[in-house]
Amino acid sequence: MTVTAPPAPVDAVPTGRRRPGRRRASRVNAGQSRYGYIFVSGYTLLLLAFGLLPTLYAIYLAFTRNGAFVGVDNFVRVFNDYRFLPAVAHVALYIVYWLVSLIVLVVILAIVVHAIRVRWLGNTARFLFYIPGAIAGASSVLLWLFVLDPTVSPVSALLKGMGYESLVNVVAVDNLPVVFTVIAFWAGAGGWIVIMYGALNNISADIMEAARIDGANAIQTAWHIQLPMLTKWISYMGIMSLAAGTQLFVEPKILAQATKNVVPEDYSLNQLAYLYAFRQGDFSGSAAISLILLVVALGLSAVFIFRGKLFERD
Amino acid sequence: MTIILLVFAAFFILPIIWLLLAPTKTNTQLLLDGPFSFGSFDQLVANWNELFAFGSGVFSTWIGNSALYSFAALAITLVVSIPAGYALALIEFKGRRLLLVTTLIVMLIPNTALVLPIFLELSAARLIGNPLAVILPFSFFPFGVYLTYIYFSTAVSRDLLNAARIDGAGELRVFAQVAMPLATPVIALVGFFSFVANWNNYFLPFLVVGGDKIPVQVGLANLLSNVPAFNPTTASSIVIQLPTLALATLLSVAPILLIFLFAQRFLVEGMTAGGTKE
Repeated sequence: MTVTAPPAPVDAVPTGRRRPGRRRASRVNAGQSRYGYIFVSGYTLLLLAFGLLPTLYAIYLAFTRNGAFVGVDNFVRVFNDYRFLPAVAHVALYIVYWLVSLIVLVVILAIVVHAIRVRWLGNTARFLFYIPGAIAGASSVLLWLFVLDPTVSPVSALLKGMGYESLVNVVAVDNLPVVFTVIAFWAGAGGWIVIMYGALNNISADIMEAARIDGANAIQTAWHIQLPMLTKWISYMGIMSLAAGTQLFVEPKILAQATKNVVPEDYSLNQLAYLYAFRQGDFSGSAAISLILLVVALGLSAVFIFRGKLFERD
Repeated sequence: MTIILLVFAAFFILPIIWLLLAPTKTNTQLLLDGPFSFGSFDQLVANWNELFAFGSGVFSTWIGNSALYSFAALAITLVVSIPAGYALALIEFKGRRLLLVTTLIVMLIPNTALVLPIFLELSAARLIGNPLAVILPFSFFPFGVYLTYIYFSTAVSRDLLNAARIDGAGELRVFAQVAMPLATPVIALVGFFSFVANWNNYFLPFLVVGGDKIPVQVGLANLLSNVPAFNPTTASSIVIQLPTLALATLLSVAPILLIFLFAQRFLVEGMTAGGTKE
């Protein structure tokens, strides 16, 4: 699972504009700057070793075969793999479900929780929504194996009512985008609700009060005032979740294991990249797929940092 | 509105309540009794014993591995991130902005995006199977550097540091005696997020370690192959019953669940850190 503990909202990051004090500080002696390098050295080493170097090595592998430069051959081979396009389609469909449900429900839930006047009740609701975030990775998928298995499920009546008699029925390939959306939403939505709630708290009480005096009801206030104020957070959540969604791996991997490949082991792109490396021993093909995914993730992240309003000081 | 709230509260919390109750039952009780019934403490003990007896106690080994990887990475993360975030916030040096922007970009990409490239790199470096193959990549935690950077640039003033410098303190002393004592909240915050992320990580350790080196997240998925309910054709003669698997799932997240319960307020503060500090 890649959706837990979303990085804290990033509001106070400078992009270029120096603070007034900086210019003076930049005149300080070289000795101080030398200590700057010492302080960042350990982290920079890790950044090079596990950020830059693997990326460069993946680029090298993706464009070579057995050490010889082959241009885009590896990419062509991967694209022509009969499993590639279905994997893209699976992941894309999952992302559509996941983003729509996340954006709509998180915003609604944050506004509803924010409207609770009783303090302890609001706190409790946020906590209940957030706590599944503790259960991530393989553990959450395992828990959902139980929840989705009509024979032991806490909601077996519901599943049976929908006509499902066994786990294999529930996780039929056509249902998977919804199944993965439910799992991801369960573990990840709470964190975003907490973040949106914080953003709603930042809307000044005066504005809310003015709306009330003008006779706006709760839904009008939500639509005309709260929603516009949330836009940048919604786009932040959308982009982060889109990037995370492309990475789908643990959920189909473990469901494949649990259902003896009723859920295909080449369902998602990362699974395919995994099979290339581990089943076929084709590191170049694996590097090509992971490079495509990495470029998508880097692109989204960079667009957001350089163009997104969230990174400018309000 | 109340209905929306109740429905979603149930959606989020019922699976957890089910998970807390399932290990107290026998397999038959799990299948036949109501989903939110309580079995017995004796059965809980029996399931516990079955789980820890499995594969001559391999479950404890997995938990131990998870603890080793998470704590070792946590220690390295703190040692490298706190000074780095401090320097990025309060010391002027060439390349500072480049490092900051790179950190932001890497922080915002999903951590799974680099897993296969890291695997390929470690494989070329012949480190696969070595505990370092998990610990070192886990230690690279740009989000921690970012949190520290935000903390120092908002909570500690340059004037304070300059005053110490004028008093004749060297850079190391300024860091150790002025900045560090103020840094406790951010150290706890970085430690928390690093530990949670590492303990729950499945993909990287799944690729880079095997055998008795795997952490509990990977082990849990392996247990699945020994559950006859999910794998009727399982070849292994030692089987795991469903309540035992539920217990394993619960124990695999127990440390994180406990931290979440006790560090609630703190956590929410951390997640909204950027939003409220200006």
